[in-house]
Amino acid sequence: MGNLVIAAALLLLLGFAYQQGFARSLSLAAEARKEGRRLHSRPRYHGTLVAIWVLLPTLLVLGLWALLETSALRALIVGMLPPEVAGLEGRQLDSAIARIRALASGYGVAGEVADYEQAAAEHLSLIQNLAFLLVLAAAAGLGLLALFAAKRRISLALRARDHVEKAVRILLMLCSAVAILTTAGIVLSLFNESIRFFSFVNPIDFFFGEIWNPGFATTGSAAIGRYGLLPLLWGTVMVAVIAMLVALPVGLMTAIYLSQYAPHKVRTVVKPVIEILAGIPTIVYGFFALVTVGPFLSALGAAIGLDIRSTSALTAGMVMGIMLIPFISSLSDDILRQVPLALRDGSLGLGATQSETIRRVLLPAALPGIVGAFLLAVSRAIGETMIVVMAAGNSPVLRLNPAEPVSTVTVTIVNQLTGDSDFAGPQSLVGFALGLTLFAITLLLNILALFIVRRFREQYD
Amino acid sequence: MTDSFTVSSSGAERRRARIRAGLGRRHLFERIFRGLGVLAILIALALVGSLFWMVISKGYPAFTQANLETEVYFDPDIIKVDPPPQQQPGQSAADFRAQRLAWQRQVTMSNWNRVVEQAVRAAVPPGLEITAREATALVDAGERHRLRDIFVENPGLLGERLPFTMLASADVDNWLKGTIDRDLPDERQQLSPATRALADQLLESGAIQFKFAWHIFTNVDSRSAPASAGLAGGLVGSLYMMLVVVLLAVPIGVASAIYLEEFAPKNRLTDLIEVNINNLAAVPSIVFGLFGAAVFIKYIGLPLSAPIVGGLVLTLMTLPTIIIATRSSLRAVPPSLRQAALGLGASRTQMVFHHVLPVTLPGILTATIIGVAQALGETAPLLLIGMNAFVAAVPGTPFDQSTALPAQIYLWQGNENRNFFEARTSAAIMVLLTLMITMNAIAVLLRQRLERLK
Repeated sequence: MGNLVIAAALLLLLGFAYQQGFARSLSLAAEARKEGRRLHSRPRYHGTLVAIWVLLPTLLVLGLWALLETSALRALIVGMLPPEVAGLEGRQLDSAIARIRALASGYGVAGEVADYEQAAAEHLSLIQNLAFLLVLAAAAGLGLLALFAAKRRISLALRARDHVEKAVRILLMLCSAVAILTTAGIVLSLFNESIRFFSFVNPIDFFFGEIWNPGFATTGSAAIGRYGLLPLLWGTVMVAVIAMLVALPVGLMTAIYLSQYAPHKVRTVVKPVIEILAGIPTIVYGFFALVTVGPFLSALGAAIGLDIRSTSALTAGMVMGIMLIPFISSLSDDILRQVPLALRDGSLGLGATQSETIRRVLLPAALPGIVGAFLLAVSRAIGETMIVVMAAGNSPVLRLNPAEPVSTVTVTIVNQLTGDSDFAGPQSLVGFALGLTLFAITLLLNILALFIVRRFREQYD
Repeated sequence: MTDSFTVSSSGAERRRARIRAGLGRRHLFERIFRGLGVLAILIALALVGSLFWMVISKGYPAFTQANLETEVYFDPDIIKVDPPPQQQPGQSAADFRAQRLAWQRQVTMSNWNRVVEQAVRAAVPPGLEITAREATALVDAGERHRLRDIFVENPGLLGERLPFTMLASADVDNWLKGTIDRDLPDERQQLSPATRALADQLLESGAIQFKFAWHIFTNVDSRSAPASAGLAGGLVGSLYMMLVVVLLAVPIGVASAIYLEEFAPKNRLTDLIEVNINNLAAVPSIVFGLFGAAVFIKYIGLPLSAPIVGGLVLTLMTLPTIIIATRSSLRAVPPSLRQAALGLGASRTQMVFHHVLPVTLPGILTATIIGVAQALGETAPLLLIGMNAFVAAVPGTPFDQSTALPAQIYLWQGNENRNFFEARTSAAIMVLLTLMITMNAIAVLLRQRLERLK
């Protein structure tokens, strides 16, 4: 309710400011026209400029109040409580304060109302109303002051449009800073929590440890457990390798056929259908692995006398490979089409067959781009979460056999952190150290891939 | 002699012979290579096909569920409650609420299982003996809560009879659909022989019917009553998140694309921002989840499991997609348009906002829809900010605890009642995929429509 009033008042004020600036510049222009002079900017820019000048101080006041209100009112309530209640701690104090707030809002509370509560509530509601009016008045007053100041500045020579455009440009710049802030935030938060983790566990034990056995947070901080990264990293690599063994041949051959052989009609139908695979959420792939691929592989293994578990590195890797097929194929397709036609035509003209042209001319020419696409796909395979969470079996042990369950970095992050929010012990903090490792690996792969792809583009552009 | 003569006389002839000899092999290889290409495409298509076949064949049956048509008697001997309280003049809202809650508690304490049991017995053909436990096992455990809620809404029903359709329990649904092996011995069946026989009989007599399961869309998740578990909480949670994404990611993304493409000076800093955005697009989604958990929940103190946090995390993930797509459509605007605007005296800002931006609108719109569709299916970061907690409520605001569509799928696929929830999960996946495909189709249609307008 209060917020709505404030928003409505603000809108009214801004509208008024715009109108004032508009009208003032218009009347100035009318006078000036008699002398044959003109305004630099159109009236609507003057109006907008005045509105911007009004908006800034009011937003400042309102923002400050929004930040301080809760803690200020809380301090006020605590001050009004009798000492034996104000001395309470945590939950009890919170509930005492909540009671007074409920009384003050007019909703009332269940049960007996103590005298001090009634008094405090009346006082609180008075202060709340006063503070609300005060803030509103302060914001409006400052806004009006700014309005008059800005209005007085309006003159024929005032370059209002330039000012407005500058404001717009600053706003745009702030928006593009969000991307940088996000990266900085990711790096800082991961570092911060990782450093706390490394105060529990030696980094050498973490990066080179061969045993993963974190224990449980509930057993207390005495049971710190062991945090060896290697089994997880090994699982991650194994799954990624299997995925690439599936995705690279199928994806690359698809791209080659679609870009070099397929008639136009086939291409326009098949390409979008395969790209459907790229749009399917990974949780669906995870379910596919769990319900179809895992049991299928397990039955296949039984038929040929192999013991294949239905949740294993093999299952997760294969399904992840399926997920990456469209990724590889559409990137390679683009890259193959960027190779200059002259290279292909030259080779064909010398009598090479199509497949020879592709293998000996097109692929070598496109190799850097394809390597880049491959690296991007690997980075996605390493960072992929849902498929491995559902289908890899979660068994963080160093094992060579891909038919056994494994665990990966991403799976472990999910397992250690799900639903936890206080991040007190190493059991949950390790998630951030793992996240940092993951971030570093994928960042390196991405930078390398982008670098290679860019070099390739420059070569033929 | 003549042989050696021709060979030595014409090197060209010899070369041709050698080429001809190798030609068969080369053409064979050509066919094999081409065959491999076809094979790869067939494999890819088969995978798309089997994925959709799996989801649809498993999920389709979940959209109909067994229902028992019967009659409920609100028996005053079982439901022993006082008349509901009325708000007295001068009574505070809080006091009245406490009184009303006390009355509701009294209603809840009544033996609703007995009411359900009697309702089931009303449908049982005469002469069949079943125990109370076997009777209540026939219908979903949520039905007693539904009856209670109906009574709380309308206390005048006491002593009345009401025709009523009850949802059959998940076990009965499995049994009748054949999702559980009917030949399993008794000790491995979920239901007693009597209930199984009764279910078969009722299906035959028409008292049990399969109906479209609307409650998948209108109910929230439930643990005790799996048959009535629905997606409403997840749908609304996802809707709030998408709202946050659209409200934040689109303006910020488009604005930064405009800045980078049109205004930014070409220097180190803008280079850095550019590399940064490309990298951000490739950061694993789970890292965004870690960021959300550490920053939004721990430092800023936003609530766990709230759609606002999920929306913020997904916004940051969607930003690069929107920025990159908007930039490429800005780049595609012909320079003549810009030059014409500038030549007529427009400022750069006017040129961008009055002339360039309207032309790129279709591209921006498409990018937005595709980005939002992607965000809709994203699961991993949601697990880290607690969206996979069991929440049996539709969130009223983006700040309430909630689940989300993909998180609900994750929860259901892990349910112990695999026989029942495999179908339910597939059904939820069908809903998710339908939403995503619809959004993508809208994007394609919009782009075509707008481009034709141009």
